Amino acid sequence: MDIQLKRGLLDVCVLAAIKSEDSYGYKIIKDMKPYIELSESTLYTILKRLEMAKMLTVRTAEHGGRLRKYYHITEAGLQRIEEFKEEWKEILAIYQFVTKEDGEHG
Amino acid sequence: MDKQTFLTRLRNGLSGLPQEDVEERLTFYSEMIDDRMEEGCTEAEAVEEIGPVEEVLAQIVADIPLTKLVKEKMKPKHTLKAWEIVLLVLGSPLWLSLLVSAAAIVVSFYVVVWSLILSLWLVESALIGSALSGVVLGTVFACRGNVLAGIAVIGVGLACAGLSIFLFFGCKEVTKGILRLTGKLLLALKTCFVKKEAAA
Repeated sequence: MDIQLKRGLLDVCVLAAIKSEDSYGYKIIKDMKPYIELSESTLYTILKRLEMAKMLTVRTAEHGGRLRKYYHITEAGLQRIEEFKEEWKEILAIYQFVTKEDGEHG
Repeated sequence: MDKQTFLTRLRNGLSGLPQEDVEERLTFYSEMIDDRMEEGCTEAEAVEEIGPVEEVLAQIVADIPLTKLVKEKMKPKHTLKAWEIVLLVLGSPLWLSLLVSAAAIVVSFYVVVWSLILSLWLVESALIGSALSGVVLGTVFACRGNVLAGIAVIGVGLACAGLSIFLFFGCKEVTKGILRLTGKLLLALKTCFVKKEAAA
């Protein structure tokens, strides 16, 4: 898959993974696993990027005698997901156009 | 490998990065290992699932822009003393020219690479040109009564056409290969910046 496209998709996937409730690194990877494989270092980069873009906030909380970082989606993050859904409608329309052409010629 | 060894090796490999950045990444990986152990993995299994240190390092380095690495490398580790500044200024004819030549080497490398690609495609287009003109000229010769010469020239044109088709795929592969290679070289260059500190 095109790298730029994949990067954009991964960003939205991570936002979706923390949408309903705050989540932590390992859980995000586990939740995404059935859909898309994500390595730790890739996730780190994405989380950093989303934090810089103020689409999520980070808080550290105690868990089982150690510290764990929890990621919380912001209003901007939720908005990004909505934008993505809109963009995807356009892409779907293009996809239908492309496959229709296929059908006519093949 | 146990968690501590993994983290220590990661730390050594990342020592060219800003201290803060290193700590944050180590905390991140440490949490990842702990969470896996909480799910029932043994320590060794949890570390293994993260992947080999070298691979993790390579991925981290690939994600960081070269400019950030260079900036961190150039940043003095302590505030400069007066005599150090004097030395830096006095030594500038030396280190400045070294720096410029290093940059020139990188630039010339890219120029060489791109001229190689360009020359390949020029040969390819020359062949296509010869193929077209061969066929056209040959036809003109043949029509003017010089049938044998005409056929010979058309033949040469067709040979050029065949060769150009053959070469096209070669050019494509070579171009792709060279681009991949430059990507790898960039990664290697970045790795130098991150790792040198650990060796020193």
